[in-house]
Formats: sequence, structure tokens, C-alpha cells
Amino acid sequence: MELDIVALSRLQFAITALYHFLFVPLTLGLSIVIAIMETVYVMTGRAIWRQMTKFWGTLFGINFVLGVATGIVMEFQFGMNWSYYSHYVGDIFGAPLAIEGLMAFFLEATFVGLFFFGWDKLSKLGHLAAAWAVAIGSNFSALWILIANGWMQNPVGAAFNPQTMRMEVADFYAVLMNPVAQAKFVHTVSAGYVTASIFVLGVSAWFVLKGRHLELAKRSMTVAASFGLAASLSVVVLGDESGYLSTEHQKMKLAAIEAMWETEPAPAPFTAFGFPDQEARTTHFAVRIPWVMGLIGTRSLTTEIPGIENLVDHARERIANGVVAYDALQKIRAAGSDAAIPDDVRKAFEDNGADLGYALLLKPYIDDPRQASPEQIDQAAWDTVPNVPTLFWTFRIMVGLGFFFILLTAVFFYLSARHRLDRYPWLLRIAVLSIPLPWIAAECGWIVAEFGRQPWIIEGVLPTAAGVSSLGAFTVLMTIIGFSAIYTVLFIVEMSLMLRAIRKGPEPDDEPQAELVPPALAPAE
Amino acid sequence: MILHTLIDYETLRIIWWLLLGVLLIGFAVTDGFDLGTGALLPFVAKTDTERRVVINSVGPVWEGNQVWLILGGGAIFAAWPPLYAVSFSGFYLAMFAILFALILRPVGFKYRSKRDSATWRSAWDWALFIGGFVPALIFGVAVGNVLQGVPFRLGSDLRIFYEGTTLFELLNPFALLCGLVSLSMLLMHGAAWLMLKTEGPVAERSRRYGSIAALATIVLFALGGLWLWAGIDGYRFTSEVITNGPSNPLAKSAEQASGVWFANYAAHPWTMAAPALGFAGAALAFLLMRAKREVPTILASALSILGIISTVGLAMFPFILPSSIDPRSSLTVWDASSSHLTLFIMLAVTLIFVPLIVAYTSWVYRVLWGKVDEKAIRDGQGHAY
Repeated sequence: MELDIVALSRLQFAITALYHFLFVPLTLGLSIVIAIMETVYVMTGRAIWRQMTKFWGTLFGINFVLGVATGIVMEFQFGMNWSYYSHYVGDIFGAPLAIEGLMAFFLEATFVGLFFFGWDKLSKLGHLAAAWAVAIGSNFSALWILIANGWMQNPVGAAFNPQTMRMEVADFYAVLMNPVAQAKFVHTVSAGYVTASIFVLGVSAWFVLKGRHLELAKRSMTVAASFGLAASLSVVVLGDESGYLSTEHQKMKLAAIEAMWETEPAPAPFTAFGFPDQEARTTHFAVRIPWVMGLIGTRSLTTEIPGIENLVDHARERIANGVVAYDALQKIRAAGSDAAIPDDVRKAFEDNGADLGYALLLKPYIDDPRQASPEQIDQAAWDTVPNVPTLFWTFRIMVGLGFFFILLTAVFFYLSARHRLDRYPWLLRIAVLSIPLPWIAAECGWIVAEFGRQPWIIEGVLPTAAGVSSLGAFTVLMTIIGFSAIYTVLFIVEMSLMLRAIRKGPEPDDEPQAELVPPALAPAE
Repeated sequence: MILHTLIDYETLRIIWWLLLGVLLIGFAVTDGFDLGTGALLPFVAKTDTERRVVINSVGPVWEGNQVWLILGGGAIFAAWPPLYAVSFSGFYLAMFAILFALILRPVGFKYRSKRDSATWRSAWDWALFIGGFVPALIFGVAVGNVLQGVPFRLGSDLRIFYEGTTLFELLNPFALLCGLVSLSMLLMHGAAWLMLKTEGPVAERSRRYGSIAALATIVLFALGGLWLWAGIDGYRFTSEVITNGPSNPLAKSAEQASGVWFANYAAHPWTMAAPALGFAGAALAFLLMRAKREVPTILASALSILGIISTVGLAMFPFILPSSIDPRSSLTVWDASSSHLTLFIMLAVTLIFVPLIVAYTSWVYRVLWGKVDEKAIRDGQGHAY
């Protein structure tokens, strides 16, 4: 196999990003679950809730530290492996990353130390404040990261500057208020809450099955089931919002998820099952449910959703416009001063500049896009179709699991309300076995979002292949091996420590029950 | 938005050059003592309890401190995108080494004392040592390379190409000397922290190693200056300097010339305060260590760090990252920044949040004030690591 720098750089990014996201969702959700538990402790003064806070806090800590360690890699990798991307969009993309540090990560990381070390040094309220600072910090952190990611999916509020050869911010408010970023944020943090809820539910169910720590386990299950039910409803509803927005902003991604090769008459059917075939451009054994896709995608009965072949035709047109913009750009740069640019060139760039990125899709085939043959344009247009079978399947796994989480948390919510949490061992066993599922759903979600954006690194603006650093393929191969090795070791270590801590269970809490009201002041019974 | 034109582009660029310095110094002063502590771990702490004392001394704060580095990455990305793109990809393998070390470090802190096995603990002690030693050295090596110029050039579409930036070439003698300056400086700072936070034999050994490191800092910093003066060419503009033009490095021309890195000091003698502070801070730290004055020691060592980092920045101004193979491609304050609007927005955000960060960080340090209690660690109380 020939080593291809673009493929290797993508592989490394995929490995490190998917690995990082093994730890993030649990951090997002568990930080809130812990803060809720500690709030109950401070409000009621009952020691069991402090014990719960500390026990789940220990597991949180083991997970959190790997999220931090692998997060540094994410922050640095854009510059290391995607230097042209960094130059091309740093003016917009860098800002949310920096704001994330300033506004969120500092808060989270500064107070997490106090959370673990401050039990004896802080008042009850002071320590509770630290717990909430960690929860708020980590969730704000997700907000800014997803504003950055949302901009890659839907690059609003920016324009290309021919003098600096990069995208520059035109309207920062639009970048912040990007509807794709908003929907992604709520969808992603909800997914984190679901992950933490299923985790707490499953671990507690295991305790109940073993007959251990029943007080702690049952209370934890009640928190997890109620929080988890709300979160899994939100994750599915907001996921639907993401789908709706894709209809507007990323039609190709949506068509690929649906394996919709041709435009169907409105309202389009939903393909529940089938085997998409990228070569033959068809879906074998498709099972279609009438109307559903049209309703989800457009929320109307009359709006058409364009199919893949239509979208490729559209891409062909945009490549042609892009070539005009590319030509105008070369002339603008050759002109030197602003005054020397002929008016027709200026107008050609203004009219077609939005499609400049489409001309860059031709770069893998020919150095000067203006010389491209119709066959090359056709190839580049078909390159805009992401890998359909992968998207089709990862999407269905994610959605299927989403509905399962609603069911699971609803059942346990009911059991908890009726005080029957320990009544059905088979349900408890299902809860234990469900622990890995939210992670599978979350990873599938990222594959849909990021693999589905291909061939673009910035949708419609910069192709992934153009964003890469000019490094040697062998160098990148070495770091892939290095990252994989250390990540594998750390994964094993992390899992073993997690399992040990769970098996060991909570530390006995022999401190006296804290009283909210001193006994001397309590009303006599 | 028209608001951003309130501050002109040139001024914003200077402000962001200063903020770049603030970030690097903030990182070196806060996370610096964590790195120094990690690198000193095998030498100042012999028994398991002693090692836990050392680890718990930075336990509650290393996470917050490390954010300076992450924020540094983000802020350079936002305010100086070409610098982020060229330096992180140009120093690719060095960055990888730093990342590798920085992945081991957090995990080492958190996981080391979770099991009783001696092999387990000693393995993580080594991880913590590497996690402190390697970044402390490589950050200095990187600065040494920046001072000499880095072999990159920009294509006409501003794509970045490199010629010979292997790890081996980065480890040239001058760069290694700079690496040793940064290592000794952070060892001095780490030792000062341990004197403040520990008692007994650990504090005593820290005092001994810290005094040596402070002296080494003075000697190595002086050697670095001499070598820079005698053997390293600086860079300067050969075209008109346009301070508020669009950020395109290729719009200028520049050349390499000897003695240029000292031109700013000759033109503006007040800037000599920076190297003076570098020497005076380290000398003061040495004397205060002998006198066992803990709080003043760490302040003096922080001042020394401030002086040494500022010395490099002031020498190079307005250059940030010179190119040794194509000086025209060099990144400078005037042609490697974000757009006017982005610099303004980021400044506004910084002015809101940095005071808040300083306020709550100081509060956390105050809550955690005091020595790490060896007895409490033996009894397994009050310490997470």
C-alpha cells in the first residue's frame, strides 16, 4: 500500500478524536450527576449523599484525567497535521477554541483540584460551589468546541480575503448563533448526560444484583433514571433538529445517510433497512416506510429532498463557478495593488467567490483547476458523495440506541417511582449489559457528523485533502503508531482502575450525619 | 461591526504580541513549577511517602496550571494563525514528544497511588519524571531554534513547506543550550515550590538542588547570551515596514544579518531591564534559598522566568518566527496576525475573563495554602493522590 499523507493524517485525527470522545461524554454527564448528588447532600445533610458524591467522584476522576490528557492532543493537532487548514480558517476557528480555554476549561480544571482536595478545607457550600464550577465549566467547554465544529459544518459569518489567502471573520455574532452549532451543542451534551445516566444505572444495578451498597445504589439509580429519561428524550428530539438543519445546510450528508440516490417525490420515504451499494449507486433489499423521511427532513408534505445524483449535478455547476472564481483570484493576486484590479475580474470574484472551494476539489487531479477536463470535473463532482454504506449504518445504530435508552430509562424511572428497583434481576442485568451502549452511540454520532462531511474539512469551503500539512508520510505513520501504543496502554490501565474502584465500592463514611440545623436549635418533636 | 476600529490594527498587534508573552510567562510560572517538581521527583523524594508528599503538593493545582498551555495553543491559533500553523507542524516530532510526555503526566498524578504495588508506583514515578523533564527541555530547544530561524518557506498560496526539521536537526548545540536554560530555570522554580509546600528532608533536598539550579540558570543564561551575540545571526526587514497592512508575510522582504538580535537593546536601553531581571531574579532566588525564605524565593524565581522569556521576545521584535531558508517568509508581528476584527474580539474576551481567572485561581491557592502534611498522607487522609 502506498502511504498517502492525507489518508494518514485523517486516520490519526480519527483515532485521536474518537479516543478523546470515549472520556468526554462521561465527564459532561457525570459532573452534573455528582453536582446534583452533592446538592441533595447539602440540602438534606444526609451522609449517604456525601458518600455517593465521593464514590461517583472517584470514578469521575479516573475518567476525567484521560479526557484532559487526550484533549491537549486535539488542541495541538490542527497545527501539527492540518497546517494549511489552520492558516486558512484560524481567523474564525481559533477564536472559539481560545474562548473555550478562557471561559470554560480554566474554570473546570481549577476547581476539579479543589473538588478532590478540598473536602476538609472548604465549607459545605464552598465545596458544592466547586462541584458546580466543574460541571458548568465542562459543559461550557462543550459549547465552544461545538461552535467551532458547527462552523466546519456550516461556515457562516466569514469571507475569503484574497490579500491574506484565507477566510476571515465578517460577522462574529453569526458564528456564535450558528443554528447548526446550537443544535449540535444540545444534542452532544444530552448524549453526555445519557452516557453518565446509563453508566450510573448499570454500575448501581450491578451492586443491587450483588446485594451490596443497596442504599447508595438505589438512590443513584433514581437520580440516573430520572436524569437519563429527560436526557434521552432531549437527545432524540435535538438529534431530529440536527437532521432538519442538515436538510438546509448539508443536503449531501442527509442524502448519504438515507442512501437516497435519486430525488423521491415528496414526501420522501424513509429507508429503514437495506444494503447501500456505492458502486452501483443503488440500495439492495431496501425496506421503505412511506412519508417518514419527508416529514422528518422538511416537516412538510410537499417539499422535495434532493437525492445524491441531483446533488452531484449541482456540485458540477458549483465546480464550474469555482473555476471562474479561481481564475479571478489568480488575476487579483497578479494585479498587485487593489486599484489595479480590473472591474470585470472583481465582479467575477464577487459573484463566484462562494464556490472557490469547489475548484479546489480538482486539485488532486490537476494542478491548475482552470485546465481541468470534463471527466476530471465529473470525478470531482462525484467525490462530493461521502461513503454511503458507512453513514447509512452508523446513523441507524445511533438512532436505534437512542430509542432503546428512552425505553430503558423510562422503565427504571417507573420502577423507582414504585420502589421496585430490586424486584426484577433480569432488568438489572440488562442495565449492566447496557453500560457500553452509549459510547457506541456517541462514536457513531461523530462518524455521521465528521465522516459525513467528507470530502470537506470546511463544508463547501476547503477540501480535506487541501488542509493537510506537508509532512512526510513516514513521520505521520510513526506518530500514529506512537499514539496508538500509548492510548492502548492507557485504555487498559483506565479500565482496570475503573473496575477496581467499582469492585471496591464506596469508602465507608463514618463521619457523623451532618446536620443542616444544629440539634440545639431543632424544634422538639 | 465598526466598534473594532476604535483600536487601530497596529496597536492591536502589539497588544497581542504582549499577550503572547503573558501566556508564555503565565504557563512557565504556573505549570513551570509542576514540570520542575516532576523532573525533581526521583531526586528530592526517596521513600514512597516522600514521593506522595511531592505529588500531592502539586496535586490540586497542576490541572488548572496546565490550562495555560492549552489556552496558549488556542490563543496562538486565534490571534496568530500562521504562527500556530508553521510552528506546530514545523516542530512536528518535537511537539509529539511534548504531547507524549504531557499525556503521561496527568495520568501519572492521578493513577500512581491507586495501587500499592511498588513496580506500579515506580513506573508512574518515571512517567512523572519524563512528563516534567522532557517538556521543560524541549520548550527551550524550540526557542533556541526560533532564535536561529526555522527552515520553512511559504508558497504563493501561503502553503507551508519545510526543509530538514528532523528531531536530530532541532537538537543542535545552541538549541540544546537554550533547552538547558529552560530546564534549569524550571528546576529552580519547582524546587522553590517544594520548599514552600513541604517540610523535612524533601524541603532540605529541594533547597540543595534548587540552589544548584539557580546558579546553573545564571551561568547558562549568560552563556546563551554570549553565544547569541557571537555566533547567531538575527533577522531584519529590508523593505518598508508596514504595520497595519493585511497579514501576508510574503508582502515584505527580509534578510539575515549578524548582531541584529541586539539592535533593539541598543536602540532602547530600557529593554535591558529584561535580561537584568533574569539574572537578578535567579541570583536572589539563590540567596533566599540559602536564607530559607520560602515565599520570597518563589517570587524571585518567578521574576527570573519573566525576565528570561521577555529577553528573547524583546530581542526578536518584531520577528516572531524567522525563516532560515527564505527570510521573506518569516512571520512577524506585522504580518502574521488574525484580522483586525478577530484581534479586537479576542481582546475583549480576554479583558473580561483573565481578571476572573486570576481572581478564582488566587482564591484556590489561598484555600490550599500551607504545607503538605506527611503524617496525614501516611494515615491516608485528606489527600487524593
